[in-house]
Amino acid sequence: MADRVIYAMYDDDMVLLDGAKKLVSEGVHITDVFSPFPVHGIDPVIGVKHTRLGIVSFMFGLLGLALSIVGFKYMMIDNWPINIGGKPNFSLMENFPSFVPITFEFTVLFAAHGMALTYLFRNKTLPGMPADNPYPRTTDDRFVMEIRLSDNTKFSASELHAKIKETDIIEIEEKDYVVIK
Amino acid sequence: MQKEASIREPLILGHKTYHDITEDVCRSIEGKAPKTWYVLFGIALILGLFGIGCILYLLGTGIGTWGLNKTVQWAWDITNFVWWVGIGHAGTLISAVLLLFRQRWRMAINRAAEAMTIFAVFMAGVFPLIHMGRLWVGYWVMPIPNQFGSLWVNFNSPLLWDVFAISTYLSVGFVFWYIGLLPDFATIRDRAKNPVSKKMYSILSFGWSGRAKHWNRFEIVSLVLAGLATPLVFSVHSIVSFDFATSVIPGWHTTIFPPYFVAGAVFSGFAMVQTIMLIVRKGLKLEAYLHVKHIEYMNIVIMVTGSIVGVAYLTELFMSWYSGVEYESYAFINRATGPYWWAYASMMTCNVVSPQLMWFKKLRRSLLFTFFISIVVNIGMWFERFVIIVTSLHQDYLPSSWSMFHPTWVDIGIYIGTIGLFFVFYLAFARYFPILPIAELKTILKTSGESYKNGTAGLSGNKPIPAVETAAPVQEVVAPKVDAVVPLVETLESTAKPATEEITDVEKEGRINSLIEKLGKGSAENKNDLKLVSGVGPKLEGTLNDIGIYTFEQVSKMTKAEYDLLDSITGTFPGRAERDNWAEQAKTLMNK
Repeated sequence: MADRVIYAMYDDDMVLLDGAKKLVSEGVHITDVFSPFPVHGIDPVIGVKHTRLGIVSFMFGLLGLALSIVGFKYMMIDNWPINIGGKPNFSLMENFPSFVPITFEFTVLFAAHGMALTYLFRNKTLPGMPADNPYPRTTDDRFVMEIRLSDNTKFSASELHAKIKETDIIEIEEKDYVVIK
Repeated sequence: MQKEASIREPLILGHKTYHDITEDVCRSIEGKAPKTWYVLFGIALILGLFGIGCILYLLGTGIGTWGLNKTVQWAWDITNFVWWVGIGHAGTLISAVLLLFRQRWRMAINRAAEAMTIFAVFMAGVFPLIHMGRLWVGYWVMPIPNQFGSLWVNFNSPLLWDVFAISTYLSVGFVFWYIGLLPDFATIRDRAKNPVSKKMYSILSFGWSGRAKHWNRFEIVSLVLAGLATPLVFSVHSIVSFDFATSVIPGWHTTIFPPYFVAGAVFSGFAMVQTIMLIVRKGLKLEAYLHVKHIEYMNIVIMVTGSIVGVAYLTELFMSWYSGVEYESYAFINRATGPYWWAYASMMTCNVVSPQLMWFKKLRRSLLFTFFISIVVNIGMWFERFVIIVTSLHQDYLPSSWSMFHPTWVDIGIYIGTIGLFFVFYLAFARYFPILPIAELKTILKTSGESYKNGTAGLSGNKPIPAVETAAPVQEVVAPKVDAVVPLVETLESTAKPATEEITDVEKEGRINSLIEKLGKGSAENKNDLKLVSGVGPKLEGTLNDIGIYTFEQVSKMTKAEYDLLDSITGTFPGRAERDNWAEQAKTLMNK
């Protein structure tokens, strides 16, 4: 049987947050929240874990750093050393001061782009991807909770409806759950 | 929620709701462009095309078409390059450094300033590319194996550092800008009515949906990118200054250059932001979001960085004398009293004297004066680079080769052309892109919005609502289970669901009649979009229409008695209409 989902719409971020806290304390699992801007404080309530993208960025940065140093060693010291203005060209360490600027730039280049690409892939936000927010106004001034029935097997649909309606919602709708992307 | 001290001036004036922010930013994108826009775009395009023509002529004929000679081998090309890179510094500084320092006022200008940065760096990039002479082998600046016919590039050279610095800066700046744009493109996409623009904005928005997890990632990505971009901003202009500082030309090889160039870049970048934003806020009617306080903050930055630049000029002069190197002293005496004294004098007046006027509160809060000073600073910073480059070169070690620099029409044409192209990009940006960060502004609305700070936001809009415990029976629509994709159902039968109190149909009929009597009759033909009233969704609109309420005029006549009557008929959202103050909202909507 296809999964069913309940969408509860709010018109204010703080009201949604209060509602979410109330529902969660009653044991309801909120699958997701769609909002036009980050609702601060919602993540721990609905169980969204802290992102690890910062670590991703650090690792890409290390990769850039390593690549640039390997590159200098090969190109400037081993493969074709040239005497430029008498600068030391026989050891990486002694020539390194000249390489600091590009080492830095390369590290930043990798850290920034590596993280940005990971972010886009993980979000599935790429050119040509369809949007899957349930109502167009969730990018304007509406805040919608997504509550899937399969995540809340201990409650019946009508029990969930009753619980949600106790919070200050403006609309509620139940429909089949469709995976768009 | 974060709190802000009440003595701080609000950043968003008047009363705005989340929806108002969306409306105010999207208005210029969705509406028709004014005539002035076409005129300005036309002028910019003509200048830009002339510039492209000059560049093609230069490439076809050679660098000899510039006014360079064997003494002054670097002049307007590199002056313009440094000038544009300097302008391209404010954007990332505003969005990255001010983000790290949690300066909320940045949100009025960061999107526009980042766009300015990207376009300015494009224009800057043109100059090194064309002054390489043979543009078509420009890829030789990349470290590619020497089977291509050359040695490895020289990683010891500041010119190569520049290649890496500028391209990293441009691409990271672009990514930073675009990641912030995604949610705003999604907003425009979800509002678009025209299928072509809907398609365009859905491609541009990459399918952004605003899930909680995505916002969680978004905030971290913005923070980390800001952390990476901050040292990048400082490194880029330091490296640009190394082009000069690591050479042995008197007047160039000074260790003060990196900090002095960075301060100068921030100075000129903010001046350009002022020039552009003062026009944009007027043209797009964004006075509520970018008001005198923002201008004042920027003027303070201009004043501080202008003072740093001034101190650097004087330090340079002092050091040239104190060092005891006669070539060094001569270079500076020649700057101030030689044949290019007028360039030096205008640099000193524009960059050292003019920002000091910002100490006066009246002047730094005056829009007209700010605009004037911003232009003066832009000119002054161009002269700074001209003074550093041309006057240090034109009287070299051998008096027999001393000469002056005279720009040719190609020099001038290319410079004017890049200004034209810059504005072509910028005007297109202002027309089709959200010029304020919609999503970010909404996050500061309740802490820094005027009506929320002084407590007048009470009645309408998206306001925190205190009472949550009222068990409000809610309309309910359960779509049939067979449907795979269920559209937003607007069934009217559901309104007849049992309400708080059972009322008979006859009673209901009577109440509806008395309600309509008070509000006046409306008809379905000239109905308004009642959904625009905050608190009315598609279903409630249906209910209202069912009763006979179709227009804002009718809604605006409602008072407490009518609200109660309405609640008793629909029995759906007790107290909601009153709390959201529909009548007041309808009045404003009527007058739109």
